[in-house]
Amino acid sequence: MQTNPEIVLSLRDVAVTYGEGKNALTAVQHVNFDIHKGETFSLVGESGSGKSTIAKAVLGIHDTSSGVVNFEGAQINGKLPAKQRHALDRKIQMIFQDPAASLNERATVDYIISEGLYNYHLYDSEEDREKKVRQMMAEVGLLPEQLYRYPHEFSGGQRQRIGIARALIMQPDLVVCDEPISALDMSIRAQVLNLLKKFQEEEGLTYLFIAHDLSVVRYISDRIAVIRHGRIVEVAETEELFTHPIHPYTQALLSAVPVPDPQLAQHKQLIVYDPSMHHYETDKPSLVEILPGHFVWCNKAEEAKYRGELAGLAG
Amino acid sequence: MSEESTNKTILKVDDLSVNFQVRGKTLKAIHHVSLDLHDGETLAIVGESGSGKSVLTKTFTGMLEQNGKVVGGTIDYNGTRLTDIKTDKEWVKYRGKELATIFQDPMTSLDPIHTIGSQISEVIVKHQGKSKAEAKKMAIQLMTRTGITDAARRYSDYPFQYSGGMRQRIVIAIALACHPKILICDEPTTALDVTTQAQILDLIRELKNEYKFSMIFITHDLGVVASIADRIAVMYSGRIIEIGTCDEIFYDPRHPYTWSLLSSLPQLATKGDNLYSIPGTPPSLYADIKGDAFAPRNPFALKADFKAEPPMFKISDTHYAQTWLLDPRAPKIEKPKIIQNLHERMEKQMESDFMKRAETEDIADAN
Repeated sequence: MQTNPEIVLSLRDVAVTYGEGKNALTAVQHVNFDIHKGETFSLVGESGSGKSTIAKAVLGIHDTSSGVVNFEGAQINGKLPAKQRHALDRKIQMIFQDPAASLNERATVDYIISEGLYNYHLYDSEEDREKKVRQMMAEVGLLPEQLYRYPHEFSGGQRQRIGIARALIMQPDLVVCDEPISALDMSIRAQVLNLLKKFQEEEGLTYLFIAHDLSVVRYISDRIAVIRHGRIVEVAETEELFTHPIHPYTQALLSAVPVPDPQLAQHKQLIVYDPSMHHYETDKPSLVEILPGHFVWCNKAEEAKYRGELAGLAG
Repeated sequence: MSEESTNKTILKVDDLSVNFQVRGKTLKAIHHVSLDLHDGETLAIVGESGSGKSVLTKTFTGMLEQNGKVVGGTIDYNGTRLTDIKTDKEWVKYRGKELATIFQDPMTSLDPIHTIGSQISEVIVKHQGKSKAEAKKMAIQLMTRTGITDAARRYSDYPFQYSGGMRQRIVIAIALACHPKILICDEPTTALDVTTQAQILDLIRELKNEYKFSMIFITHDLGVVASIADRIAVMYSGRIIEIGTCDEIFYDPRHPYTWSLLSSLPQLATKGDNLYSIPGTPPSLYADIKGDAFAPRNPFALKADFKAEPPMFKISDTHYAQTWLLDPRAPKIEKPKIIQNLHERMEKQMESDFMKRAETEDIADAN
């Protein structure tokens, strides 16, 4: 990785709370990470861990209850002037999990892809808009004759292409992909992942990728944050995380990933994570940089233990 | 993987075809499928959505939707011709009792307005004729066996009070309540998280050894298949295009579709390269398919593939594939390079990985 990468998005001590008073539920807290320009940063965790809540906080769909979200150097959480909010909504786009539910079923593909262009007047003339839409469709692998069709006339993979076209025609700086391939069949997944990769290479896009399939995450991500119960427990570069996971939860998660090889699968041992192993009553935990760029959620005693293990590995 | 698997056939499907009537049109969901399930084995059925894997297993328990119909072929279970059964009353003798099914979504397979316990004991009272008190005792035992802690207290909880993984444990408990001979698992872990998935798969393996049932396991996840199957059947557009032992399908696949499936595994891709992707989409099941159904997406397709449907070619006693590439007249084509040394590649990747290291350290510790 290059030195001093440009930081697109940074979260500092972010918490999101649902509900108020005695019904309040803190969905995520102590969220800290930076996303560098042009990289794919993945959030992995189980359902209910708070992955999507973080994404929604970044998009401004949910308010944060504390902490700071910085995007391209300016704070974007809390109340924003309407003009700034409007500009942000173009720069940060989202690709959703279920393309069947996220596209307007009463609108043609032409309108769905153009909607953002209309809202932001990003075209000189009707001719220019049509040109942009057709060009975008070609780039995501849709045919010009499909321009006036409706979402229900497409397969799942094609619908996700429409979802991608709709987001990317806005020329965003950051794209939040919330489980973009989970609803797709295996042969279609590869097509969509390749498409996302192509755009990243051509446009220098930055992705915040949310997924639970760790084999896919390993393939596409530059860096990964593991989240459990609303807390980030480990952040590291992809290969570092897969080869040297430090937090016991990350180890358990990686041990549960199925291996598509009958002989290796037979010998696999499942590691079970027991949250009661941590003793945080007096010695409070925080996100510690244990190796350069490798962060772990631990307290002083655990930090000493992890450092000891790492020294043992090196020696 | 089980050692008990014998070659005695417990379920025999012969030349089965299933059609659906949809708005006046005929949809061919299953097309001349033949399949044997051996006593005590785990047979995995792999395929994408719409390939017919769920429809196929629904015919075994008479649970086809109203507009679906078996239009040809036979299904025999232990001397009974299941395809001759006409009434629901007759089906009850087999469905649930002899052949039980676990579905994908534990949210929808439990009744939200009845307690967990009553849903298990209901099955025991109905199929085994036990008294209510006895059934309750058995139900609590089953709940404990499937990993519900404090089962006696949680007996009277409602489904919404259980997590997804626990609900799936209950669904398994209900399925096993009448000691079925065949357990059909239709994507039982797809809706679950990876750690929960691993626990449920472990549980299913344990229970299989204990209860000695045969299993049909439907999934699209090749990782799950590798860990659980004795044999694998690969389906594409209503046909079984390849069937063989787990090792044969992973290490010596013969059908180009099986090649494509394995090639698109993200574990085999090199970072920075494109993932292998199968061009196009599966054919419409409304249309008459001429020749090999996979031919239009198959980079290795021969002229013959577009003209006539290939027969099942025999590769070994356990391994069959439906592709003209196996015809003696066909040119010799090697499987794609990316899957030629699948095991070595996976092993190499795992060697550097934490999992492999932890394992070797364990062995070192044991010594």
